[in-house]
Amino acid sequence: MIKRAFLASLSVLGLLAALTGCVDPRSQAHAVYMLIDTSGTYARESGKARIIINYLLGTLQSGDSLAVARVKSRSFSEKDIIAKVTFDTQPSQVNAQRRVFGEKVDKFLKTVKGSAYTDITGGLIQGAEFLNETGAGKKTILIFSDMQEELDKATMRSFPISLKNIRVIAVNVTKLNTDNIDPRRYLGRLEAWQKRVEGAGAIEWKVINDIERLEAIFSKG
Amino acid sequence: MTDMRNWMIWPDNTMLSVLILLLIAMLCLYAARTPMHALIRSVGHALGGSLRLGARWLFVAAAEMRERNKTVLMAHGRQEVGQRVEREFERVGVLVTRDLQGYPTLQRKLLEEITRIEEDYKKCGEVPPPPPDWVEAVAAVANIKSGGNEVIQKILDDIRKSVNQIHEKALSEYRRSYETRHKILEGFMPFWRSVDKTMTQVDKKMTGLQESAGTVDAQMEKYKQINAKTDKAEHALTNSAFTQFAIATVVMAVAMGGAFINFKLIALPMSEMVGAADYITSTLRTSEVAALVIILVEASMGLFLMESLRITHLFPPIANLNDRMRHRMIWISLTLLVTLAGIEAALALMRDMIVAEKMASLQQLRGAQQAVPTDLLLARIPTAGQMLLGFILPFALAFVAIPLESFIHSSRTVIGALLVMLIRALGFVLRVLSNLARQTSRALIHFYDLLIVLPILAEHLVRSTRGGGAGVKSVGGKL
Repeated sequence: MIKRAFLASLSVLGLLAALTGCVDPRSQAHAVYMLIDTSGTYARESGKARIIINYLLGTLQSGDSLAVARVKSRSFSEKDIIAKVTFDTQPSQVNAQRRVFGEKVDKFLKTVKGSAYTDITGGLIQGAEFLNETGAGKKTILIFSDMQEELDKATMRSFPISLKNIRVIAVNVTKLNTDNIDPRRYLGRLEAWQKRVEGAGAIEWKVINDIERLEAIFSKG
Repeated sequence: MTDMRNWMIWPDNTMLSVLILLLIAMLCLYAARTPMHALIRSVGHALGGSLRLGARWLFVAAAEMRERNKTVLMAHGRQEVGQRVEREFERVGVLVTRDLQGYPTLQRKLLEEITRIEEDYKKCGEVPPPPPDWVEAVAAVANIKSGGNEVIQKILDDIRKSVNQIHEKALSEYRRSYETRHKILEGFMPFWRSVDKTMTQVDKKMTGLQESAGTVDAQMEKYKQINAKTDKAEHALTNSAFTQFAIATVVMAVAMGGAFINFKLIALPMSEMVGAADYITSTLRTSEVAALVIILVEASMGLFLMESLRITHLFPPIANLNDRMRHRMIWISLTLLVTLAGIEAALALMRDMIVAEKMASLQQLRGAQQAVPTDLLLARIPTAGQMLLGFILPFALAFVAIPLESFIHSSRTVIGALLVMLIRALGFVLRVLSNLARQTSRALIHFYDLLIVLPILAEHLVRSTRGGGAGVKSVGGKL
């Protein structure tokens, strides 16, 4: 009887040890990279960006990563990352990290200046690079923008990009004056981005315009 | 269509061709009638036979299993009733030792009290002495006529006075004597009460003893029935096992609910200790497993405690320990349980702090003013409640050992009975299928004969013309 129980517990322990060895902790982590458009009139939407960041800070858990970067004339640069954090494994430390992160973002949003051009593609490439480096199992890029890309003549972005295994979510995609005249422009813009993002290997493309429905960021489909 | 036409003997006359073909087919089938009948019959027999064999095997297996279940059930029942009888005897032993040990003292007390009452009663019987004999002499003197003589009158007055004095003295003596007797009788009361109380005590003890003897008798009757392996005993034990199984399942489900609450209480703070980002499987965090392990360890400690207290009997090695070791085991498991309960209370407090801190930081991020609790005592109630719950739940979980034992013991009977039912049902299905196979083979034989009805009729006619009615009967019989 004792021998049988001992053997059973030994096999359970072995199984647990094998499982522990198999699962990489990072593969369960969630990494989010948020791009904030600071071009022209969209800079006025920064208050909504704060709400989204607060939601992310409240939802992401220990081991998850979050980075907030600005989209300006040329966004493919680490310097455009305003704040980044990988939450500690201890929940009590996470609260302090949240506070520090929030303060950094607040400081940026108070001093944000509008840029002449909007390099969303550069931001996407930078975001994909950051997310791949985190090694997280679930990777999401949030684009807080009107999705109207404007590049200067010297900036080259017309090449295929890779967004493999990354979810791309456009948030608060506001309508431009021209969209109001012809809504097809707005729909066409979104369709073009969907095609480009999915063509780059993204696993999901989603548009969330209602910031009361932010839980859709982490839900599938 | 052209394929069909190829089969026609006269392609232009389909009807005739079909008729001829049918006739040929009938003749062929008629020729093959005997071997075909044998084939269908043997297939039917083979199928039916093997199915019947399978059914029989299942019924035999079910009977064997039932017998084995009965043996186990009876053994378990015997053990249970034996333990109960043993316990009743222990109780009777305690009663006898406690009550009858003091019986000589009680008897002595009773005898003393009775003797005293008897003595007092005798004292009550002592009446005051009767009035002296000279009363009659005085009465005679009183009847003497004075005749107006003053001397005699004076003598008589003196006599009357002295008689009156003596009378009063005797009367008061008499009254005093009665008063004393009344006092003695009054003094009886406590002794009567004491005797009554003692007798009630004796009666109560005797009744208790009688009740215990009655219980022992009932258990012994049950034991006898179990020993005789009667159907009544088996039925009663099976019913009892089903009831125990149902009750134990419900209680265990409730305990599972408690364990789930416990888990929720300590899973978050455990992540503070073992880290929240470690995963064992894709969905199972190490902290959750750690919390689960703590709960299981608590349940195990409870199990050992109950086992050491001899409330449950799941582990024979613990039951076989000597009393000294058993007491040590009780203290060890109780200490560990209290320690774990303390840890849980601390974890519950930690959880509350982590949640409160998270809420505060999120409020701060939103830029909202932090709500200051109006009453600090009121704000501390949830924290205290969580801590209390964290401390109590491990002890509550410890008692799971009792329904667990019932569940394990009764599940053997319940699962065994269900398995027997299942095997019997399977046997019945096989028996039905076997009959179906046999009947189908018979029906097929008849159907075959129906297809070749014309040649059979022709045979019948030929036989009837050749040999009269006997041939017809034989053909008809085969049909």
